[in-house]
Amino acid sequence: MAAYLFRRLLYFVPVVFLVTVVVFSITMLLPGDPAMAFLGEANMRDKVAYEAMRQELGLDRPLPVQYVRWLGKALQGDLGRSVRTHEAVTAALAARLPVTLELAAVSLGIALLIAIPVGIVSATRPNSKLDTVATVVAVSGVALPEFFVGILLIYLFAVGLRLLPPSGFVPLSAGLWPNLKSILLPALSLGLALNAVTMRQVRASLIEVMGEDYITVARAKGLSEGTVIWIHALKNAMIPVITVIGLQVGRLFGGTVVVETIFAFPGMGRLAADSIFFRDFPALQGVVMVMALAVLVCNLLTDVLYAYVDPRIRLA
Amino acid sequence: MSLRNRIAARFPSHRSQPGAGRRTLLVRLLRTRGSLFGLVVLSLVLFLAATDTLIAPYNPNRAIGSILQKPGLGHWLGTDHLGRDILSRLLYGARVAVLAGAISVGLAVVLGVTIGLMAGHWGGWVDDVLMCVVDALWAFPTLVLALAIAASLGPGLSNAMVAIGIVFTPAFARLVRGQALSVRERDFSIAARALGAGPWRMMLCHIWPNILGPIIVQSSLMIPQAIIVEASLSFLGLGIEPPNPSWGSMLRQAYQYIERAPWLSLFPGAAIFLTVLGLNLLGDGLRVALDVRLRQRGAS
Repeated sequence: MAAYLFRRLLYFVPVVFLVTVVVFSITMLLPGDPAMAFLGEANMRDKVAYEAMRQELGLDRPLPVQYVRWLGKALQGDLGRSVRTHEAVTAALAARLPVTLELAAVSLGIALLIAIPVGIVSATRPNSKLDTVATVVAVSGVALPEFFVGILLIYLFAVGLRLLPPSGFVPLSAGLWPNLKSILLPALSLGLALNAVTMRQVRASLIEVMGEDYITVARAKGLSEGTVIWIHALKNAMIPVITVIGLQVGRLFGGTVVVETIFAFPGMGRLAADSIFFRDFPALQGVVMVMALAVLVCNLLTDVLYAYVDPRIRLA
Repeated sequence: MSLRNRIAARFPSHRSQPGAGRRTLLVRLLRTRGSLFGLVVLSLVLFLAATDTLIAPYNPNRAIGSILQKPGLGHWLGTDHLGRDILSRLLYGARVAVLAGAISVGLAVVLGVTIGLMAGHWGGWVDDVLMCVVDALWAFPTLVLALAIAASLGPGLSNAMVAIGIVFTPAFARLVRGQALSVRERDFSIAARALGAGPWRMMLCHIWPNILGPIIVQSSLMIPQAIIVEASLSFLGLGIEPPNPSWGSMLRQAYQYIERAPWLSLFPGAAIFLTVLGLNLLGDGLRVALDVRLRQRGAS
């Protein structure tokens, strides 16, 4: 296991390096002059101030030098200042990361709470009415974009039934119920698509495992169907489900950009959308970087977890 | 019989006979209700995209009535906040969705197949370097990377399509590399190499025809995703430029009037949903129809 982990970590380093190169290159291509953006309209015509700002930002140096300088600072936790708010990007990210993580965690929780039981029932009663309904819901869930689900939920629960707030985030410090009320609709918007993918995977994987010889042996021994499913089949069936959930983390983070924009959530996704709108390249660099690293770490953890539960992987 | 002909007879290429497989594939597709639904949706969207200017009742960008009219006889799907006909805008949006899906996935196929074939065929350091780059691109959440690239290139449909194409490239590169690695070791590839086939001939004449099936399936599954990403970019203001409509930008404008005119959001949202649903079902059907193992499982 240690050798496998070492191999994976060794591969992780060049990928992270390339991620930083991609982030830097993309944001360097953003239209507009960052020095002008920092100076603002009032000092735009002041040539001395403009040159000083270009020097301060390191924009007068060649691109590779700018990259090394940016990377060096980033490794020390300094991602620069926001063009729009002049606040440190690291501080902005630290303030917004918990909101996005809470949203992602609640979405994942909702998805798993629905997907696992429904997937099990569908797999144990294939082609039943419930299975058909679950399959239709899952297939439809994959086809619904998060922002459309969000708009429908706002119309239904906020405008129509007036049960939940249409937008805004209430922090956990203001109370659990107000916090949950504010997060429920965005989490449902994100969770429904994730639920659909996971449900289909649980069903497919459990049906496959239920056809294995060892399940026939367990039944022949006289074990109850519940024991066969919960103790023997589900453990093995969950292995590919772990991978699917791990792979969905990227989609979850991507979804936060639109969902947080619709629900006016002060998270990383909204920061990404705002930084593009205001051409705030240091903030955009920070958000894209943190999201990519989070996905990479999740992929690494998924691989390690997969290798832990299935020893054949690490021996391959 | 020459050595080349003898080897060709001993190791027949796995290329399908022209025309023969296509009919069977269509029959297999039409057997499942999902694929049939998908084919109907695809035909309808393609028809609407091709004939939008002919069948649209009004100019999609011109205000022709009072604002926020409910669906009725004059305007079947109502009018938007500027008095523009929703049906005409929806029809124009179909063309944008088709273009975004087809061109961006086409670009991803070209880039991904080139990278995947080179990595899979040559292996070694070429494979290591290319796959490292692919993995780095794959680390980014799809929408976040598409958003960043689209922002760098500037708003507009062409730039959005390029951004989506780049973002989807790793999926094709990974798929093609895996398939190329497997095909490279098959008997007919070894025979072709023994006959002196060079790397480009190997890639284009022997590996490419044998990995076409998985690429078609993957493309059919990526097109609906590309439509969603384009709609998301337009929703965030980075897709098609106003006043031209796309389903995503229509939703963005409609969302502001959710209390006064909820139907405004419903129509573009439903158009995205039905198109993506149909294409997903068609993609699933294609996957089953082209995969012998899945077909046998379905039959048993």
